[in-house]
Amino acid sequence: MIRTDILIIGAGPVGLFTVFEAGLLKLHCHLIDSLPQPGGQCSEIYPKKPIYDIPGFPMILAGELVDNLMKQASPFKPGFTLGESAETIVEDGGGGYVVTTDKGTKHRAPVVVIAGGLGVFSPRKPPITELQDFEDKGVEYIVRDPEFYRDKKVVVSGGGDSALDWTYFLANGVAKEVTLVHRSQSFRAHPDSVQKVIDMAESGKIKLILDTDVVGLSGNGKLEQVTMKNKEGEETSLETDHWIPLFGLTPKLGPIAEWDLEIEKNAIKVDTVDYSTNRPGIYAIGDVNTYEGKLKLILCGFHEGTIMVQSAFKRIHPDKKNVLKYTTVQGIHGF
Amino acid sequence: MSKEEVHITVIDREGLSHEIDAPLGIGMNLMELCKAMELPVEGTCGGMALCASCQIYIESDHDLLSRNDAEQAMLDEAWHVENNSRLGCQIPISEALEGLVVRIAPE
Repeated sequence: MIRTDILIIGAGPVGLFTVFEAGLLKLHCHLIDSLPQPGGQCSEIYPKKPIYDIPGFPMILAGELVDNLMKQASPFKPGFTLGESAETIVEDGGGGYVVTTDKGTKHRAPVVVIAGGLGVFSPRKPPITELQDFEDKGVEYIVRDPEFYRDKKVVVSGGGDSALDWTYFLANGVAKEVTLVHRSQSFRAHPDSVQKVIDMAESGKIKLILDTDVVGLSGNGKLEQVTMKNKEGEETSLETDHWIPLFGLTPKLGPIAEWDLEIEKNAIKVDTVDYSTNRPGIYAIGDVNTYEGKLKLILCGFHEGTIMVQSAFKRIHPDKKNVLKYTTVQGIHGF
Repeated sequence: MSKEEVHITVIDREGLSHEIDAPLGIGMNLMELCKAMELPVEGTCGGMALCASCQIYIESDHDLLSRNDAEQAMLDEAWHVENNSRLGCQIPISEALEGLVVRIAPE
């Protein structure tokens, strides 16, 4: 059982800044996130996009903002449960909660803060009828452990960074045979990654099939063959052990929707006095919450987290007084 | 006096037509218009052409600006893509859209 003062669900920018604000009040934080890395949307969807409305930064790339927030939070030594999504919440009998992830990791805290943004990111699945029959029987949407593909025949689909990066990685002495199938001639991925993959195709290290989609799967109990269709409508098939469709991730509010919280239009209703929800000790901040006048902006989430930790402090230490101290006066005293 | 609104028809996934007077001059795009009308368009990435959750089909005979590189690349990885597929977030509301008919793509 992981114990902390404030359990933050969602390690996006707002969750990360909350670690800092909580740390100033000497409260420890632990974060849970379904993605394998912190940063939420900023890391997963648009790390290379510039943001212009972070106070004090005329322009900052989303990925850099996450790096800075991690650095800012680091004196307060946050704990992380990454690659797991918060599934259930039960009262712990002492006024706090126990949150369990989909992998069974248990966390206990007097205060739970939902900073879940758009929700849990899950893979976008291609519309192929027999897809379900082969999930985890040769079809994987995420590369968890590259060793799983050692000496196997692998087909990767997609044109973004993860498709190209994994193609490159798996073709470098891991898999026996790697084929990248992409619907177009151009790629969404970073130009460097594209060049690497093209070079590999030219040197025969991978097979690159463009203007083509995977449209069918077959096999006896496990994946043995993919059927592909090109722009001219011609179908061909290819023997393979695995198909890894990497078409990005899409968010869903997920299990939090079942936590008896007041939900309005897919967001959690909060009281703007302290961003508390209808359940005592559970707060919601950032894009996941809603209230009159709500703006889904990172900078508003920073404010919400800052206000929220004051209320969390009172809940955790009902007998202690807290006086606002400026960092300019006190500096930062990490844990 | 220049126009303040254009009339746009959005057909939802149930086949229902929504007649919308879209405001000009406030920098809206088709994704934002659909969201403002509470139509089932996600717009997950906020309009950066990075998610394809605002894919629509242009059903009327309008001559729109062609897809830019980012939009094309995203559509190359989306499902149910047709020749008339566009990302709503990449189409600004303008006078050229008067009478436009669009249909929301399947999820």
